[in-house]
Amino acid sequence: MATHKGFSIRGIGARTIDSVLRLGYATRFIARTIASSGTSLKRPRLVIRELYFTGVLSLIIILVSGLFVGMVLGYQGYYTLQTYGSESALGVLVALSLVRELGPVMAALLFASRAGSAMTAEIGLMKATEQLSAMEMMAVDPIARVVAPRFWAGFISMPLLAAMFSAMGVFGGYLVGVVQIGVDDGSFWSQMQSAVDFHKDIMNGVIKSVVFGFAVTWISLFEGYDAPPTAEGVSGATTRTVVTSSLAILALDFLLTAFMFGGV
Amino acid sequence: MQRSTLDLWVGLFVMGGIGALLVLAMKVGNMSSIGGGSETYALTANFDNIGGLKPRAPVKSSGVVVGRVSGITFDNEKFNARVTLNIEKTYKFPKDTSASILTSGLLGEQYVGLEGGGDPVNLNAGDRIKQTQSAVVLEKLIGQFLYSKASEGGGDKK
Repeated sequence: MATHKGFSIRGIGARTIDSVLRLGYATRFIARTIASSGTSLKRPRLVIRELYFTGVLSLIIILVSGLFVGMVLGYQGYYTLQTYGSESALGVLVALSLVRELGPVMAALLFASRAGSAMTAEIGLMKATEQLSAMEMMAVDPIARVVAPRFWAGFISMPLLAAMFSAMGVFGGYLVGVVQIGVDDGSFWSQMQSAVDFHKDIMNGVIKSVVFGFAVTWISLFEGYDAPPTAEGVSGATTRTVVTSSLAILALDFLLTAFMFGGV
Repeated sequence: MQRSTLDLWVGLFVMGGIGALLVLAMKVGNMSSIGGGSETYALTANFDNIGGLKPRAPVKSSGVVVGRVSGITFDNEKFNARVTLNIEKTYKFPKDTSASILTSGLLGEQYVGLEGGGDPVNLNAGDRIKQTQSAVVLEKLIGQFLYSKASEGGGDKK
């Protein structure tokens, strides 16, 4: 691998080659993970255990953030809408922005920093303390035993968490808009129901969160697996997980939004 | 390892997630009303001006939502807008139904209003609604108003 780093032309070339190599390695890594996920199917308990750590333990932060985001949307939306005398459309504003954008994106960002970083640190430490090598010695494939269950757990829990975030956010918007400010209850829900389409809005939100779940778990598992086996290496990998995942989420969100809603 | 507690929590988590999706579908979305897979048939109508009508706008008759606008294209033969309406199978309209583009409220969304006539024969899938009324364009209305005011003023001076 090229090691000439710095700001020379040679350095730029080396960095480019490095990142292409890393991308290729990451693709090979995810392909191997998916190919060796038979163990997770045969022993679903491995996945359930990881679902507990990535999903259940992320619940509190997801639910509380969802509630607060919804309440803030309620206040800000009401403030803007009442200028035009259409505060009855508050439900539409809260529900559409949550289901289409904020639910999947915020849930994925929180998931990356809550569960993704933990996955990276765990696998990085396993590598640093040579647990992964020990598994290989015992003829246990660490990718099938350690990586694949985590991948599936993240993949499954991400859409569920995003859906809970959105539902909680709508409830928060309802609390502020209807209970506190006093927007009409009936028009809040009925306008929301007539504006939000199941296939176009809700399913697209679910598709988004599935894509984000794939990207975040991929990045965090790969960073952990690829981390230099030192304390510094693991900490750097954890930071990179959060930074890269957040950037990937936002960039993918732009692409998916342009793809799904760009025509309207 | 406390297996049963772990399973319980994960079960609750998955149930909560699916429950949230159901809540979104039923309470927030319009799964229960039109668009959730009910059978429809298509009608077309040509309008001189559709104003701000958009695909997926509701089609109403006497205020009841009977379908949705599925497509808006430009008709190359008649040189006006051709609007395709998806009407639910359970609703029937006579041949001489008239369609007009209306606005809910002063600045609300635009929808297609259908008004049934007295013809004993009903419209079938793919038929065209012949009597149509274009959207009211606010600028034209104000223009007409100003014009009539101006002509009134002119009359006074003479």
